Amino acid sequence: MLKLNGIGVSEGIAFSKVFIYKKENPEIVKKAVKDTEAELTKFKSALDESEEQLDLLYKKACEELGEEDAGIFTAHKMFLEDPEFVLGIRENINSGDNAEFAVKKVADSFIESFSLIDDEYIRERIADIKDVSERLIKNIMGIKEKSLSDIEEECIIAAYDLTPSDTAAMNKEKIKGFITQIGGKTSHTSIIAKTIGIPAVVGVDDIFKRFKGGENIILDGFSGSVFISPDEDTAVKYMEISVNYNNEKNKLKKYTERETVTSDGKKYKVFANIANHHDVSYVTENGAEGIGLFRTEFIFMDRSSLPTEDEQFEIYKSVLESMAEKPVIIRTLDIGGDKEAQALNLSKEANPFMGYRAIRICLDRKDIFKTQLRAILRAGVYGNAEIMFPMISSVEELLKAKDVLNEVKNELKSENAEFSENIKTGIMIEVPSAALISDILAKNCDFFSIGTNDLIQYFTAVDRTNEKVQDLYNPYNPAIIRILNYIIFNGLKAGITVGMCGELASDENFTDMLCGFGLNEFSVNPSSVLKTRRNICLSNSKDNEKKASDVLKAQSSDEVKNILKNGM
Amino acid sequence: MEKTLVIKNKTGLHARPAALFSQKASSFASDIKIEANGKSINAKSILSVLSLGITQGTEIKLTAEGPDGSQALDALAELISTFKD
Repeated sequence: MLKLNGIGVSEGIAFSKVFIYKKENPEIVKKAVKDTEAELTKFKSALDESEEQLDLLYKKACEELGEEDAGIFTAHKMFLEDPEFVLGIRENINSGDNAEFAVKKVADSFIESFSLIDDEYIRERIADIKDVSERLIKNIMGIKEKSLSDIEEECIIAAYDLTPSDTAAMNKEKIKGFITQIGGKTSHTSIIAKTIGIPAVVGVDDIFKRFKGGENIILDGFSGSVFISPDEDTAVKYMEISVNYNNEKNKLKKYTERETVTSDGKKYKVFANIANHHDVSYVTENGAEGIGLFRTEFIFMDRSSLPTEDEQFEIYKSVLESMAEKPVIIRTLDIGGDKEAQALNLSKEANPFMGYRAIRICLDRKDIFKTQLRAILRAGVYGNAEIMFPMISSVEELLKAKDVLNEVKNELKSENAEFSENIKTGIMIEVPSAALISDILAKNCDFFSIGTNDLIQYFTAVDRTNEKVQDLYNPYNPAIIRILNYIIFNGLKAGITVGMCGELASDENFTDMLCGFGLNEFSVNPSSVLKTRRNICLSNSKDNEKKASDVLKAQSSDEVKNILKNGM
Repeated sequence: MEKTLVIKNKTGLHARPAALFSQKASSFASDIKIEANGKSINAKSILSVLSLGITQGTEIKLTAEGPDGSQALDALAELISTFKD
């Protein structure tokens, strides 16, 4: 037995075989070719193989996602059959290129001419050309890539990192857990694991040296331990932990249909956070009363062009329809910081969290902002949508964002388009300056949602992605407790709703205190909805208020922790 | 043989119209070319058609050489006239 240690970022225990998920990025270079015929044959069979793969993908996508979403694979196949594409490659091979280099040359020349055209649709096709030529090149070079969508047997994925495009098509039924080399509590791997409700461990060094694939392991998402070929004692111990955990989870199920109300009758709401429209099923399964944070940036990531208005409209509409009349808070683009978007071509910054990001980009690139607002407003007629601006740091910024929103509304009106005119508009409170003027901001919006991840990082000057200062990232700091109370107080005084969508909302040590402060809505990962609701239902206002007033008097982080955990 | 016409639909020769156009062109034996924006390309290649970036109001010249050239030009002009979006 071998034990590895990482960071547990999503709770649960998994027993399964390891599946190595490694992405290959072949280097394509010009090589001396002795046998041109052989290169032509290689190209021809790679072409056939690619077409077969695309046919299979199309069939699979039709079954799982519907014909419209599957259309992308038909488009890819058309490119493979394109006479100029195929002839161009053959000509290059005939004049001495190796097959993979010939493909790259032709693909690059189409990409170049497409990138000169000022049209969103055409630029989007660049990603398709890249995708299809990469498939062709990998087939020529004999690189067999395993995809998370073809997984047939139960397994735990071991990968360097996981991106939204890796996990979008994965076979969720069979995947029991994740282990990655990089990532933290707020990275995609941990968000997706918590959404599905499977354990995840990140920060395991040299991941591809540790695992060979197929070995049996135990994954402990609580402690971050991984046991390779576990001995009997360890297996028995973990069986017990797992059974207890599952029993607990089953007991929570009765809270699915319940209201979130304390034993003395005070009502709260438990909402869920989602990253894309595929996550909605986890929200409804867990009985969340709404979506408190729809992170729209994932619609913009892992692609070379920006999503169009209609594309966004369809996504927002489908989420709103699935949530029936329950509120869905759509956060406008929050890119930058630790989230990159190729399509925006953002330059590297020395201080990305304090740089060009979120609302700052949107107010600068009004074209992107307006497209998104139009899509949200139009989709708004299909449900109960609310708009939320991230990273607001001054009242001027909020007013500017609202001006753009009004501009878009007027445009839609003059086009006679159907849209949700009285949409509620709120802001994230995550920048210290916004927290301190929350009384003023509250007069200018309909709701607050406290983003604790960034608020703690900014307020205590601790980069949450820097492992060396992780110990200083401390929500028990009395400064954090005071500022949370101040924000909630100001929001309630102005008569607006105050929610919280950061990690703290699902941390059970903080639930009672936040209820005591008067927080209206807790927005948590789908798999934490029931636990949060149970904790609120089991509490009572008198104790919650006492805890809230005691904790405000605490003189140190330790005191805060003691009061929150033990009530003293 | 050649024919000159103006693209009238809103999206131009993009997306679905471009796909339909090059599919239709491929169904003929003749060599068919489109000339627009100063370039001349193979009409049977969707990638080439897209790379012209033909928008609403662009004048295009279709040329066809081969046994079914005149049918091809008629059929393609007819197809273009059905594009509405």
